[in-house]
Amino acid sequence: MPRSPRRAADPAPSPETVRLSAVGFGYTDRPDVLRDVNLILPRGSFHFLTGASGAGKSSLLKLLTLAEPPTSGRIALFGDEVGQIARRDRPAYRRRMGVVFQDFRLLDHLSVFDNVALPLRLRGRKATDYAGDVAEMLEWVGLSDRAEGLPGTLSGGEKQRLAIARAVMAGPELILADEPTGSVDGAMAGRLLKLFQSLNRLGTTILIVSHDEALARASGARLLRLADGRVTVVKP
Amino acid sequence: MIRWSTLFGQKAAPKPVRPESGLLPRDAGGERSLGALIAVLCFLACLAAVGTLAADRASHGWARALRAEATVQVRPRVGETGPAAAARAAETLAGVNGVEEAEAMDRETAQALLRPWMGEAVLNDLPIPFLVTVRLEASAPASALSLSRALAEAGIDATVDDHSLWRGEVERSAGVISLLALAAFLATAFAAGAAIAYATRAGLDARRDVIETLSLSGATDAGIVWMFQRRFGLLAGAAGAVGATVAILLIGGLRALGGDAGLTPALPLAWSDIILLTCCPIVAAAVALVSAWLAAVAALGGRTRPD
Repeated sequence: MPRSPRRAADPAPSPETVRLSAVGFGYTDRPDVLRDVNLILPRGSFHFLTGASGAGKSSLLKLLTLAEPPTSGRIALFGDEVGQIARRDRPAYRRRMGVVFQDFRLLDHLSVFDNVALPLRLRGRKATDYAGDVAEMLEWVGLSDRAEGLPGTLSGGEKQRLAIARAVMAGPELILADEPTGSVDGAMAGRLLKLFQSLNRLGTTILIVSHDEALARASGARLLRLADGRVTVVKP
Repeated sequence: MIRWSTLFGQKAAPKPVRPESGLLPRDAGGERSLGALIAVLCFLACLAAVGTLAADRASHGWARALRAEATVQVRPRVGETGPAAAARAAETLAGVNGVEEAEAMDRETAQALLRPWMGEAVLNDLPIPFLVTVRLEASAPASALSLSRALAEAGIDATVDDHSLWRGEVERSAGVISLLALAAFLATAFAAGAAIAYATRAGLDARRDVIETLSLSGATDAGIVWMFQRRFGLLAGAAGAVGATVAILLIGGLRALGGDAGLTPALPLAWSDIILLTCCPIVAAAVALVSAWLAAVAALGGRTRPD
């Protein structure tokens, strides 16, 4: 049983960041949302996952963030079987991910600055160490003048940019983003897409869940479609 | 670590480093009300603790006082006066090992003892017994048996009362008082702990969204539990300090007003009691740490499905 995930600096990191084998998932007293999902995200890959509303895209992200266990099948993250990961070891895996939640999940009692700094604080970095990095990120996402404000004072688009800034801030190995451009205008969507592409070029594995197939095609990423509880690869 | 300035081709103006905010929202679980409640409970616990000590001190004092004295009733021989028989008995008893002093009680003193019970009118007609008051050595008091034997050897007809009957009753009564005070102290400490545990649980439930976000962002369960422990430990410590301060002022005032005997001789207070109360904030914080730990672990344990 693994006690902690392998790090990127390990001599032989897994070539697969994510592997789902015959994964099924459902909620009690409801038909399964996911049935026999097989999916591999190689390290450093960039995928878009599209699908109709209610197809199970967000449920798939819940499995990948270890928020829920699958009802059947097997999931491997960074080369380790999720079923073998003890609860106490899950935070170490989550710290290797950056997640953009559809509902943002911003901490309303923390300032914009502190929300962005959260993943760094949870990794034990000191304010003196990360203040400059956070300021740069806020500058880039256009929120530097709102740094001291609370998330409740931001518009929908600003909240989305804040959520993305927080997810990518610690330079995670895997970014999972649920509709990350749903609340921003086209120009900002393009700008954020470039951010994901830049991170991907640095080796970050990226999975973006979006209903916007046009944006997905424009990104040049591989396109996956979730329908009838299964994932299929869409030909370019 | 990615240098964002390199990636973005720009560098933001340096900003002053600010103190980090707490990751838990303020007042997660009605903390002001809880603080007031803990302060009151700590105040009551302090009073109960001092009451326990005072009752224990009183019971020992009463028993010690009773143990230190014996009363001998002398019956004069034919042709001998009562005062003469009492004086002879006092002289005999003074020579017994374990006796510090023996003194024949004069009629006026005996009448003064009876006056509150009998009234002035009948006192002069009453056959007042001839008594000897014996003060015993504290370290090795003479027993009733040795006093009786010495009197018999001297040919004195007398009855020795070493107060053992009274002493037993006093000690039993004081023991019950001490136990009741201890129970009151434990009950208030338990109530404080339960209130903290409830508030911790309520805080976790009220901000489940925050807990989940922290958890999904990589916070460990132990880290989240520690956030709650720290929050409620500091709160209880501060509230405990307030409660203890009020109790110290009250008890100090009573002690100062009551002189050496405290408020009353029956329930003596000591300055050392006040020193003991200074531990209250630490005890309150410790109770909070344990309660918060239990509540947070239970809440987090039920938050996700078990492994």
